Amino acid sequence: MYNKTRVKNDSTGKGRDNGLYVERLSMGKEKNNIVKTDDLVFEYIRRDEDGNVEGITTAVDHVDISIKQGDFVAILGHNGSGKSTLAKHLNAILYPTEGTVWVDGKDTKDEDSLIEIRKEAGMVFQNPDNQIIGQIVEEDVGFGPENLGVPTEEIWARVEESLKAVGMYEFRKKSPNRLSGGQKQRVSIAGVLAMHPKCIILDEPTAMLDPNGRKEVIRAVRALNDVEGITVILITHYMEEVIHADHVYVMDKGSVKMQGTPKEIFSQVEKLKQLRLSVPQVTLLSYELKKAGVPLPDGILETDELIRELKKVQ
Amino acid sequence: MIREITLGQYYQADSVIHRLDPRVKLVGTILYIVSLFLFKKAAPYVLAVIFLAAVISLSKVPFSYMVRGLKAIMILLFITAAFNIFLTSGEPLAKVWIFTITKEGVINAVFIAIRLVLLIIGSSLMTLTTTPNQLTDAMEKLMHPLTKIKVPVHEISMMMSIALRFIPILLEETDKIMKAQMARGADFESGNLIKKIKAMIPLLVPLFVSAFRRANDLAMAMEARCYQGGDNRTKMKPLQYHKRDSISYVILLVYLAGIIALGKTISIGML
Amino acid sequence: MPIIVDHLNCIYEQGTNMEVAALKDVNLVIPDGQFIGLIGHTGSGKSTLVQHLNGLIEATSGTVYFNGEDIYDKDYDRKKLRSKVGLVFQYPEHQLFETDVFKDVCFGPKNLGLDRKETELRAYKALKMVGLPDEYFYQSPFDLSGGQKRRVAIAGVLAMEPDVLILDEPTAGLDPKGRDEILELIKGLQETGMTIILVSHSMEDVANYVDRIIVMNKGSVMLDGVPKDVFAHYKELEAVGLAAPAVTYIMQQLKQNGFAVSTDATTIEEAKEEILRVLHRAD
Repeated sequence: MYNKTRVKNDSTGKGRDNGLYVERLSMGKEKNNIVKTDDLVFEYIRRDEDGNVEGITTAVDHVDISIKQGDFVAILGHNGSGKSTLAKHLNAILYPTEGTVWVDGKDTKDEDSLIEIRKEAGMVFQNPDNQIIGQIVEEDVGFGPENLGVPTEEIWARVEESLKAVGMYEFRKKSPNRLSGGQKQRVSIAGVLAMHPKCIILDEPTAMLDPNGRKEVIRAVRALNDVEGITVILITHYMEEVIHADHVYVMDKGSVKMQGTPKEIFSQVEKLKQLRLSVPQVTLLSYELKKAGVPLPDGILETDELIRELKKVQ
Repeated sequence: MIREITLGQYYQADSVIHRLDPRVKLVGTILYIVSLFLFKKAAPYVLAVIFLAAVISLSKVPFSYMVRGLKAIMILLFITAAFNIFLTSGEPLAKVWIFTITKEGVINAVFIAIRLVLLIIGSSLMTLTTTPNQLTDAMEKLMHPLTKIKVPVHEISMMMSIALRFIPILLEETDKIMKAQMARGADFESGNLIKKIKAMIPLLVPLFVSAFRRANDLAMAMEARCYQGGDNRTKMKPLQYHKRDSISYVILLVYLAGIIALGKTISIGML
Repeated sequence: MPIIVDHLNCIYEQGTNMEVAALKDVNLVIPDGQFIGLIGHTGSGKSTLVQHLNGLIEATSGTVYFNGEDIYDKDYDRKKLRSKVGLVFQYPEHQLFETDVFKDVCFGPKNLGLDRKETELRAYKALKMVGLPDEYFYQSPFDLSGGQKRRVAIAGVLAMEPDVLILDEPTAGLDPKGRDEILELIKGLQETGMTIILVSHSMEDVANYVDRIIVMNKGSVMLDGVPKDVFAHYKELEAVGLAAPAVTYIMQQLKQNGFAVSTDATTIEEAKEEILRVLHRAD
C-alpha cells in the first residue's frame, strides 16, 4: 500500500534516509484515525427569493470515511459532487445534519473543542486571493498563531519554519498581491502549517492555478506529507494529482461511489467517465491500447510502468 | 489609470523610516499636516519642504512614486487653485473676461497648492513605508483607551486592514469587468448622466456579487484559522518603542517648534 | 477576411521606471475559419494580445487589420469590431449581471442597437448554440453551475454574431467532463465557419482540438505552427516554463527505451495508432 515515490524536496533542505522512512511506516501500523465520519449527512434548505422553502438538498449523503494519521488521501469528484461540502465538515466550518465527524477523537459538534479541531485540521481553500488576510507574507502566516495566543517569539519561529517548508521563505517580506497563484497558495499552506496541525485539508487548492502553479503546490503538499508526516486530505478534480495518494475516495451526488488505491480506482476507466471524471493520460493510453488488443494490465499510472509492460509484449 | 493610485500601497525597502514604530509615523504625519496649516508664510513652508525632502531621502522610496500619487488629485488641485485665483478679492493684477485676478488670489492659490501637494506626499509617504497592518496596529494601540467607552477598536482596525488588502484586488477586478462588458458592446463613456449611471449597472452587479463572495470566503478562511476576535490574541509584531522612536519624537517636536518660531518671526517680503 | 497583426507593440507605463513591454513586434496572419490555440504562461502577453484584436487595448505602435481595415483608424467603428471579434473572458462571473439568463444574453445585441425582436431572436439562437437547456433560460445566472455559467457567458458574446470568437481559458476550474463538453461546443462553433482563438494553459486541450498553435513568451511569438511541429520543440517549451502534452513525453520515453516509434503524436489517439503500428510490425 505504501508505494510512495520519494519526492525531492529542495525547499526544506531536510534530507531523510531510508531508515527513518521505514521507521515511520512501521510506526504507521498502530496509526489511529485522525479523521473519521460516521454516517454523515448534510442537508440544506433551498429558499426562493421570498424566503419560502423550495426544497431540501442533500449535499452529503451517508458518508463514512476514515483517514489514518500520516496518510495522503485524495477525494475526487466532479463539480457539485459534494466533495467541498464534505471537506468543510472536517474542520468544523459546517456541522452534520445527521451522523458524526471526529477529528483526532473529538466530535466536531462539541463546541468546547472547536478551536482545538480547527487547529489540528487546518484548511486551505480554492481561491488564493480570498484567504490571505495579511498584507505581507510573513504577517499572513503569523495570523493563525496570533489567534491561538502563541507567544511572539514562538510565532516568529513558526513563521520561519512554515515558510521554509513550502519554499517561500525568501518571499516573506513581499506583498501577497505581487505573488503568482501557486506562490499565494503555498503561503496559505504555510499559514495553516504555522498552527502546527496534524492534518491539512486542501479544498481544490489548484483549481484556479496554471500548470506550473499546480505543480508547485502539489510538490509542496507531498513534501509535507513525506517529510513532516502530516496527514493530507486533497480534494481535487485533477487526476494527475492523486496518483501518489495512499487512498482515494470518489464522490458523486454526495456519497462515496468508489474507494481504494489509485491503481484500483484508475483501473475503472469507464466508471470514472460516468462520474464526469477521467484518468491520467498514461492510464488512458494504456487503456486504449488494451482495448485494441495489447495485453496490458489495468491501472497503469506511470510511463515507466507502461514501458515495462510494453517490453514484455514485444 | 488604476495602477496610478499609490495611496494605501506599501513600498518595500529597508530604511530607517520603514523601521520606525508606526505610532511615530502616524502621530508624525498628523503633526506634519497640522504644521502645514499653522501659518500662511513662506519661511515655515521652506522648512516643511526641507523636512519632507529629508524624510523622503531617508525612506529610500523613489520620488516618482509620490509624484504618481499626485496625478490622481491634479484635477482637484487645479479647481481649488482656480477658485482661489478668481474669487479672492484684493489688489487686482489682471482681468480675464469677467474675472479679476488678484494678488491675494494668486498667493492663496499657491499656498493651497503647496499645502495639498505636501499633504498628499506626506501621507503617501506614511502609507508607502508602513504596512497597513502596522498602521492599523498603531491605530488600535493609540485608540485603545476608547475601549473603555465600548468602542470596538480591535474590530474597526481589523476591518480597515482587510479593506486595505482588498482595495487593489477589487480595483483590478473592476478593470476586468469593464473590459468584459465592453467586449459585449457596453459603453461607459458616451451619453448623458442618466445613461451613464444606467451603464454602470453591468459593472456594479458583478463587482458586488464578487465582493460578497470574497467577504464570505474570507470570513470562512479566518474562522478556519481560529480567529475569534481580539481577546486572547497575541501579536507577531507587538509595537515596542526603540531608541530611534524616541529620537524621532524629539525631532518632530524640534520641527514643530521650528515651524512656529519661523512663522512668528521671519518674514520674506510681505510673506 | 483574415486578421493581420502588423508589427504590434504594447508598452505599459511608458516613460516610468515601471515600464513593461507587454508585446514586442508581434506579426501574425489569422485566416478565416482557423482554430488557433494561443499558449503561454501567465504574463507572457497572450491576454494582452487578444485584447488588441478587438480594440480593447490601444497599441503603442503597429496595428491590427480586420477585414482589410486598420482598427486603430480614427473613424473606425470599434463597437462594431467588438461584435465581429467576440471575446469571452476567463471568469463568467465578470460579465453576468442580469436577473435572468435570457436577459443577460440580450445585453450584447441590445448594445448593438438592434430592435427587440431581433435582439431576442439572437439571444435565443445563441443559447441554443451553446446547448443550454430551455428550463434554465429564465433562471438567475448566479444559480447555475460553473459549466453552465460558462455557456451563458459564451452565448452572451455569440448573440452579437461574431466572425471570430476568442476564448480566454474557457475550461479553467471545470471538471474533466465539463471541460470536454465546453471544448466540443467550441469545436462545433468552428465547424459553422467561425474563426476560433483558444487561449489556454492546457496542452492536452490544445493538442486535441486546434489546427495551429501560437506560443507566446515575454511578449513575443516564440513558436507558431501545427501542433506536432510546435510540440517537437518541447525542450524549448520547458525552458520557458511550459510543457508539451503528456503524450509527447510518453512517446519520447518509449523511443529512448528502444521502441521504434515516431514522436509526432500529440493526442492519445495518434499515440495509440503509432504504438500499435510498431507492435504489429514486430509480430
